[in-house]
Amino acid sequence: MWKTVLRRLLIMIPQLIVLSIIVFALAKMMPGDPFTGLVNPNTDPKEIIRLKREAGLYDPLWVQYGRWVNNLFHGNLGTSYIQKVPVASLIADRAVNTFWLSLLTVILTYLIAVPMGIAAGRYEGKWKDIVISAFNYITFAIPGFVIYILGLWLFGYVLGWFPISGSVSGSASGFWGVLGSRIYHMILPAVLVAIISTTGIVQYLKIGISDNKVEDYVKTARSKGVPEKVVFNKHILRNSLLPIAAFFGNTITGLLSGSVIIETIFSYPGMGQLFMNSVQQRDYTTLTALILIYGILTLIGNLLSDIIMSIVDPRIRIQ
Amino acid sequence: MEKQSDLLLDIQHLHTAYRLQGKFYDAADDINLTLKRNEILAIVGESGCGKSTIASSIIGLYDHKNTRVTGDILYNELNLVGLNEQLFNKIRGDKIGIIFQDPLASLNPLMRVGDQVAETLYYHTDMDQKARHARVIELFNQVGMPKPEEMYTMYPHELSGGLRQRVVIAMAIACKPEIIIADEPTTALDVTIQAQILDLLEDIQKQSESGIILITHDLGVVAETADEVAVMYAGQIVEKSDVKTIFEHPLHPYTRSLLNSIPQSDDDRADLHVIHGTVPSLKNMPRTGDRFASRIPWIPASAHEKNPQVHEVEPGHWVRCTCWKTFHFEDEDAKDQEKTVSGE
Amino acid sequence: MSKEIIQIRDLKVHYPVRSGFWNRITDYVRAVDGINLTINEGETYGLIGESGSGKSTTGKAIVGVEKVTAGSIIYKGKDITKASNRRRLNYNKDVQMIFQDSMSSLNPRKRIEDIIAEPIRNFENLTTDQERDRVQELLDIVGMPGDAIYKFPHEFSGGQRQRIGVARAVATNPKLIVADEPTSALDLSVQAQVLNFMKHIQQQYDIAYLFISHDLGVIRHMSENIAIMNRGRLVEVGTKQDIYNNPVHIYTKRLLAAIPRVDVEHREEHKKHRLAVEAEYQNDQKKWYDKDGRVFPLQKVSPTHYVAEPASEVANLKESN
Repeated sequence: MWKTVLRRLLIMIPQLIVLSIIVFALAKMMPGDPFTGLVNPNTDPKEIIRLKREAGLYDPLWVQYGRWVNNLFHGNLGTSYIQKVPVASLIADRAVNTFWLSLLTVILTYLIAVPMGIAAGRYEGKWKDIVISAFNYITFAIPGFVIYILGLWLFGYVLGWFPISGSVSGSASGFWGVLGSRIYHMILPAVLVAIISTTGIVQYLKIGISDNKVEDYVKTARSKGVPEKVVFNKHILRNSLLPIAAFFGNTITGLLSGSVIIETIFSYPGMGQLFMNSVQQRDYTTLTALILIYGILTLIGNLLSDIIMSIVDPRIRIQ
Repeated sequence: MEKQSDLLLDIQHLHTAYRLQGKFYDAADDINLTLKRNEILAIVGESGCGKSTIASSIIGLYDHKNTRVTGDILYNELNLVGLNEQLFNKIRGDKIGIIFQDPLASLNPLMRVGDQVAETLYYHTDMDQKARHARVIELFNQVGMPKPEEMYTMYPHELSGGLRQRVVIAMAIACKPEIIIADEPTTALDVTIQAQILDLLEDIQKQSESGIILITHDLGVVAETADEVAVMYAGQIVEKSDVKTIFEHPLHPYTRSLLNSIPQSDDDRADLHVIHGTVPSLKNMPRTGDRFASRIPWIPASAHEKNPQVHEVEPGHWVRCTCWKTFHFEDEDAKDQEKTVSGE
Repeated sequence: MSKEIIQIRDLKVHYPVRSGFWNRITDYVRAVDGINLTINEGETYGLIGESGSGKSTTGKAIVGVEKVTAGSIIYKGKDITKASNRRRLNYNKDVQMIFQDSMSSLNPRKRIEDIIAEPIRNFENLTTDQERDRVQELLDIVGMPGDAIYKFPHEFSGGQRQRIGVARAVATNPKLIVADEPTSALDLSVQAQVLNFMKHIQQQYDIAYLFISHDLGVIRHMSENIAIMNRGRLVEVGTKQDIYNNPVHIYTKRLLAAIPRVDVEHREEHKKHRLAVEAEYQNDQKKWYDKDGRVFPLQKVSPTHYVAEPASEVANLKESN
């Protein structure tokens, strides 16, 4: 087991290097530079060149890359050109918010998707399956942002059940008060994202169950006199969950890209919103750091998938 | 032992029909069979003849919505047809053990093989975990697995085909069942492994005094292991007898044709015997008259019964229809044939 | 003496085994580990082996779809393990293959006409009418009705599909057909039909077969010369009579003893014999395999009969014969 995990971790090293090079190259290709729009139009161009030279923008690319990586290792992601604060601390605040929102979303996604997938697979062709499939097609066909805006409008404005922006109410006080307010702010966006994210999981699980139901080893289990309920939970379900485990990394990636949209729509102060703002304000340092972090998180999501797979499926462990 | 208790299974007028596009078609049509203690009963036939249908009817494992089973399958005066699932689960694995064709597919890929065998014991015995483990080791020894302790923790993909089938057999015999149903147990195996597995089944049968139903398409396997043989064609039993009679004195045209199409080891015929036409599909199966008639078109219709019945032509030897009396192969002279039949 | 059509010399196909933490090549699977055989024009050469013996790999190497590690396959005096020679000799037209699984080897979305015509189109320039006549002729040879050309593979039974596979293989007038377990998935009565057609076609067109199978009964029916393969090497080579009446290598004996016989009268003796051979096989491993468990090189025991054994054994054998 640990060998598989360790080897998988080692594979991540070249992946991270490639990722960092790509991110660095993207940052260099972006139009403009940190001084664009900041300096007074009357400033002497020579002065601008001097500032740029001081910032190291005329050094060879590999020197700039080396410096950038070195800074990364010291937790220095640069200083935001717009907000004039270290990017690291800027992101740290937002990251906490996004982390909790994502965690709640993942939990809700699986809480909704797994029972739905099981029901659809188990009662294939019956009304439960038909209703779930219809729901699945609808959520798959409608773009996320449409559902988010619709949800925001209906539950936020019209019904007024949930707050429509922010991560915590200003009037909340005390530990429990703040915690309650935070959760209250997260529920609507989390539920909406979760609904959109269920499609793949429901589909994989349903197909897994209907495929495994007719496998010979299920027939063998029945022929041993194993009660039907146990046959389903112990034999069919466990094997059907394999593709879900493999899909886990995908879910994480989906959540990250989804956070950009949902946080913007709900004005939720997380990394996604920060990303949007940075794009609009051309805050390159922040943007570069965010892309890097998203990239790393995607790699970690895939790593988790692989580790989970090697735990649940003995066939892919290294001997 | 009393004569009464020697009868393990008594199948009477079994009809198993599958629903195809809303209509039911008999895949097993009026099956009458008995299985006795200390007996290996072979059910032999080509694919689609209904032999596996009989197995799934006995153990009650079929799609209950799209399958209709009628008739009686009596086990100790208990009718297995229509038995409720709870009661059936007490019998399956305990009184009836089953071995399927493909040992890799028959084992759960995510479970250690020892645990899969122990699972049978969990549902049918009062043994605690330690006792179950010990019993599995004992079973692994019995089915000839080397290093049983190590084998216990292996996963199916780590074992060879022969070892996997031994695990499946250990699973089937874990509770010392009276009846073992082996559905093509060696078809997926190499010939040398096949020989070992068949020997093992024979040994188990002798030790436990159980009865085995061996379902196979391989006439060689039948000749080597069976005591009684039922030959099936298109859902019906066409001939039934002890193994010696079937091979040395076969009567039904289908049995004779089949035996004739084996590539024999000691003949140098240029051509193998070919049976005309093809096996009809379930939907297109003739429901009246002799189902094999269209495969032997040179035999006149008058030779067949209108509604072919099974006749006991000599004690213990049952043959369907009367066409066997005048049957001859196409290239044989009809008169020669009559002579040899009457001469016997 | 008939002319040889193909000669396999010291053919080796090895696959690397990767293992350990760094996934390095730690060993090789010697799927085919130095075999020599010669197939004559118009004959059926039987290649017998159990699963994992390397028989299918050998077949694939001969038709040129398996990368050969070492050795040569000589056809018309050229080594066709080189792709350039294969092209120059039109090798892929002259050597065809029939597969075990007819369902997966026929394209499900193509009509029978296109399936059979495909190899013709690759190698010949025929008009549409000529091509259709040729396809009809081929279907006729394998006993299929004329309207079959408009149908799809799934509309046929397993035996019919296998006959279509035979028709496709014959389409280019090949000199050699490699048939890999062509009837293993078929019922007995259907198998008989396919085997008969294969024999007829052979006589009609003078085609040589390399008939690969695990079924010793089928091989005996089809072939004149037979090779037994075990652990990537040949353990015994000879005529049908050599192999079946006078087997020498313990592996051959064991294989022959394991075939179920349709002989109820003598089944007890047969079983005793089989168990005796099995015991000998278990006890005499050292004698028949070298210290690494590999098969010895073949030694001549008669003009037609070769057995894999240490040279010292051969003298004894010749005397006892």
